[in-house]
Amino acid sequence: MGTEKIIFYIFAFIVVFGATMVISVRNPVKAALYLVLTFFASAAIWLLLEAEFLAIVLVLVYVGAVMVLFVFVVMMLDINVARLKEGFIRYLPLGIGVAVLMAVMMIMVVGPEYFGLDKIAAPERHGADYNNIREIGGILYTVYVYPFEIAAVILLVAIVAAIVLTLRRRPNTRQQRPEEQIAVKRGERVRMVKMSAEERK
Amino acid sequence: MINFQLPDFSPALPEMFLLGMTCIVLIVDLFLNDRTRLVTYFLAQVALLGTLMITLNTVSLDVQTTFSGVFIRDPMSDVLKIAVYTAAFVTFLYAKDYLRDRGILKGEFYVLGLFGVLGMMVLISAHNFLTVYLGLELLSLSMYAMVALQRDSAVASEAAMKYFILGAIASGMLLYGMSIIYGITGSLDLSEMAAQISTQKSHILMAFGLVFMIVGIAFKLGAVPFHMWLPDVYHGAPTAVTLYIASAPKIAAFAMLMRLLIDGLYGMHEQWQGILIILAVLSMGVGNILAIAQTNIKRMLAYSTISHVGFLILGALTGTQNGFAASMFYTLSYVLMALGGFGMIILMSRKGFEADKLEDYKGLNQRSPWYALMMLILMFSMAGVPPFLGFWAKLAVLEEVVAAGHVWLAIVGVIFSIIGAFYYIRVVKLMYFDKADVSEPLSSSLDMRLMISLNSLAVLFLGIFPSGMLNMCLLSVPG
Repeated sequence: MGTEKIIFYIFAFIVVFGATMVISVRNPVKAALYLVLTFFASAAIWLLLEAEFLAIVLVLVYVGAVMVLFVFVVMMLDINVARLKEGFIRYLPLGIGVAVLMAVMMIMVVGPEYFGLDKIAAPERHGADYNNIREIGGILYTVYVYPFEIAAVILLVAIVAAIVLTLRRRPNTRQQRPEEQIAVKRGERVRMVKMSAEERK
Repeated sequence: MINFQLPDFSPALPEMFLLGMTCIVLIVDLFLNDRTRLVTYFLAQVALLGTLMITLNTVSLDVQTTFSGVFIRDPMSDVLKIAVYTAAFVTFLYAKDYLRDRGILKGEFYVLGLFGVLGMMVLISAHNFLTVYLGLELLSLSMYAMVALQRDSAVASEAAMKYFILGAIASGMLLYGMSIIYGITGSLDLSEMAAQISTQKSHILMAFGLVFMIVGIAFKLGAVPFHMWLPDVYHGAPTAVTLYIASAPKIAAFAMLMRLLIDGLYGMHEQWQGILIILAVLSMGVGNILAIAQTNIKRMLAYSTISHVGFLILGALTGTQNGFAASMFYTLSYVLMALGGFGMIILMSRKGFEADKLEDYKGLNQRSPWYALMMLILMFSMAGVPPFLGFWAKLAVLEEVVAAGHVWLAIVGVIFSIIGAFYYIRVVKLMYFDKADVSEPLSSSLDMRLMISLNSLAVLFLGIFPSGMLNMCLLSVPG
């Protein structure tokens, strides 16, 4: 139990540290990289919960795909950070007030006395031969087939929405037409010009 | 391994049919150009009618759950789904000419609209936190995209951004609440949750999760203080889209309230009643008072929606079966009136003229006495004047609130309704007692004119004979 606790606290600290840095650093690229750190540490905590499949998926999908895209977009866009920070000081006292109030209330309600192991039992440990992926696959396509299908429909809606909102047909844009480009003949591109050679001086 | 039996697919037949038809519409639309775009419209309407037929053919009074309990089909879900199809059908009909005149008659409006209907059906039939959330997201995602459909309009884009960001925050709140409750009960299933609550003594942690879930529900309903998005979105979106968001999704939001608070967390009635009282009073107050200050009729109807939501919550907070039935009756009545109200704005508008200012309704009686009468019916019904439908809806809710022992709440409701009557009657005054700036009669297609007359007359007819609809609500609501 001892080492597990230590590992948990290390990674939990990294998660909280990373999350704080995400919202406090000035540079958006750095913020995105701190988010990557947060995801890595969360994946480690999931490993502690024996959810190795979810941990790997988190790293592969979020760190590998989503965050890379995110960093890419952040670098492409010229975000004016100074303008975003307008009104920050003005709303700061109110924000801090609300945050402190919320935090106090949450600590009062979800304090450790309600969440001890005696209140909610720890999940049972599985042996080394226990296959997480097989278990998930087993219920994903059987017990949870309906939510799974709905999730697929949501992705389809997301595709439709993204296309309808971004695809524009502009008649004046210059675009590549490979089928015409490969059918081009020499005569259309090269013109033979007869010139008399210049005299050497 | 898991001992798995193939689930019974038949209760979900309407959903499956609609999904298949929507995909067909999506593909067929690719092969159409702007002149033949109406095919998409007809296919979408056929999809809705087919789904309606299947639902009617398989209707039963039993409660069936399938797909390992994540899906429920009970009389309430059937009634609400039929109301959703009807609302979507009328919306699509009203929207067609409006979209065509403004050059945004794209197949995607109908495809996204149908996906939204599917999301509402999933939400109405949800019996598990997962399906509640997924249905809600399917519906919301379709609506965000529909609001942004008019890409070149800055107002519409702004409305879509506001809607999207606030909606995402609300979904986050809802998920946070769900995760807390899942953490305590160890189950996502609503009936299992209800069973767990009845055996537990301390509810403090559950109440913590409950608060966040109510925030999510209140946002989707548009209850004060989570209403900020509603006037901006109603105002900014193209009127056809406003019509869509203002009508059918309210039925789905009501279903979400019923599923989460009654099917799942009814054991915590004492805890959520107090929160709902605050939401109801604030919604009725803020909605009715701010509506007076509006000069834009879309904004005015948005604030009026907020006040109607207050009434809807008022019925639900009683915690009695009759109270839920009254709330359901109110929801269905509101949707019928909202369809008519926003439909009239579409009828009045033409290309380059949105008819969304109150002064555009001046002297409508001289221009078109019949539609002025239709608008009068709708406005009086929203205000709660007898014998229109809105009166019976308000009466049913107030009766149940008094029966549950909250007399002061009923009095507050009546006072705010009287305040609210002012801005509805102002529209009537503008139509009948002011001189028109323009004299040309209204021009619109035949199906639109027929449907809007039918819509308003239904408000009148159901107002004269309200008992059938009320009994249907009473019969279908879970006890």
